[in-house]
Amino acid sequence: MATTGIEAPGRAQIGAKTLRTDRWWITPLVTFIALSGFLVYSTWRVLSNQYYFYEPYISVYYSPCLSNTCVPGSGFANTPISWWSLSPALLTAWIPLAFRFTCYYYRKSYYRAFWMSPPACAVAEPHGKYTGERRLPLIFNNVHRYAFYLGLLLNVVLTWDAIIAFRNHDGQWGHMGLGTLLLVANAACLWMYSLSCHSCRNAVGGRITHFSKHPVRYQMWTFVSKLNKKHMQWAWISLGTVVLADFYVYLLASGRVTDITFF
Amino acid sequence: MGYLAKFRVWRGDNEGGGLQDYAVEVNEGEVVLDIVHRLQATQTPDLAVRWNCKAGKCGSCSAEVNGRPRLMCMTRMSTFTEDEVITVTPMRTFPVIRDLVTDVSYNYEKARMVPSFAPPADLEPGDYRMAQIDVERSQEFRKCIECFLCNNTCHAVRDHEENKTSFSGPRFLMRIAELDMHPLDTVDRRQVAVEEHGIGYCNITKCCTDVCPEHIAITDNAIIPLKERVADKKYDPLFSIASLFRRNKDDRTAPPAAKV
Ligand code: SF4
Ligand code: SF4
Ligand code: FES
Ligand code: FES
Repeated sequence: MATTGIEAPGRAQIGAKTLRTDRWWITPLVTFIALSGFLVYSTWRVLSNQYYFYEPYISVYYSPCLSNTCVPGSGFANTPISWWSLSPALLTAWIPLAFRFTCYYYRKSYYRAFWMSPPACAVAEPHGKYTGERRLPLIFNNVHRYAFYLGLLLNVVLTWDAIIAFRNHDGQWGHMGLGTLLLVANAACLWMYSLSCHSCRNAVGGRITHFSKHPVRYQMWTFVSKLNKKHMQWAWISLGTVVLADFYVYLLASGRVTDITFF
Repeated sequence: MGYLAKFRVWRGDNEGGGLQDYAVEVNEGEVVLDIVHRLQATQTPDLAVRWNCKAGKCGSCSAEVNGRPRLMCMTRMSTFTEDEVITVTPMRTFPVIRDLVTDVSYNYEKARMVPSFAPPADLEPGDYRMAQIDVERSQEFRKCIECFLCNNTCHAVRDHEENKTSFSGPRFLMRIAELDMHPLDTVDRRQVAVEEHGIGYCNITKCCTDVCPEHIAITDNAIIPLKERVADKKYDPLFSIASLFRRNKDDRTAPPAAKV
């Protein structure tokens, strides 16, 4: 540990890097395991390039599917990038990755759990130097808003996917299966996650100083501020629904289960 | 009713010191500060401790109890078991003067660097008129009792003494946010937030929020909104282009040079 921190000259010489007696390491540990698990699962699914479509359901990682190699019926042919021959998920999955990577909540959690800066409050961090978010690459976290805008576009696509999931396997409307439910729930949770975003809160009204002159924006800001209090919860819930929805499509497409239909 | 609690209290000064063990009587309803006072009254008359209101309102009795930054007067003994050892140390980010008393000048120096409230030049004091919804957002920040537990806990300075010159800590980023949100303030504070107060050092890990005895949502309501405002001005190219075409120009001025 550096002598520049709690051991710096003049400060009380205490020695221990923390005197906390509670189990402060549990939260960073659980966060580390959960986020690593999500990253491993997502990498596998994005690179595997198979079992992502089972009419009418499409996996979140592969939507919108933009290359000519997409499974028939799953995507859009003849897009400007239809020559792409690697997994089509690579064309779009960077958007939610960038969105979550620059998210203020996830920043908190990975700075704490992965970079241990700090691992927990009043627990000394193991680094000798610290420059925060002032340099490359972390300075890019300051333009989280662009990832937010792109994420909104993706939400529109995923909402459409959820709507067309009310068709059955043969393309007729008036169907609902477990897959429909999962896609609808996932789209809804992603909207809640996106709308509770801090950049959203700033954009709808946070940046103005005279709310009294902008009553509509004040209403929107008040609404987003309410959602924003639960941003962390939405971040985790939507992470869970992404995995659930995708995994169900995987099970169907790989023939491991048959769709549970309600009507 | 009462019992003998095991206390470990840091004794020493800026030359050195260490944790010392004491057994002290505890009665129902008491807080850590009561026990420290009893220690002073019965065993260690020279124990240095700063306090004032014993009501969580003056912000004097900041210290660390079992490693957690707390107000001693607001830390109830009933939150500990009777056989638990309770460790009390001074705040670990500021230079120690003696025992539990630290030198918190860093905070006052940073406070002086914040350009003060600047109402429009033609507005006389007494003529200020503001709508409640315009001021209520920053009223939360006015609850601050300047205990400096947030600045003490912020790892950017706690773990990196060298950052004290360029980073003002959450307390003063919050003060800048408060003024930047003020409906009558005429100064643009976004540039100084970056250049003089180092908002880029904050990595929004929220320890300031976790320790604030006034439960101010420092990170969510002050620092992140300020980071977003800074991004509007400094990091968002679209925003700069759009502002060229705006009807209501942002006519806030740059602040006067800081007094150091
Ligand atoms: S949120 Fe920022 S200011 Fe608050 S303790 Fe963490 S790094 Fe420091
Ligand atoms: S913001 Fe909270 S923790 Fe920081 S000085 Fe004020 S009352 Fe104390
Ligand atoms: S998505 Fe988390 S803050 Fe924007
Ligand atoms: S003595 Fe005033 S806050 Fe504790």
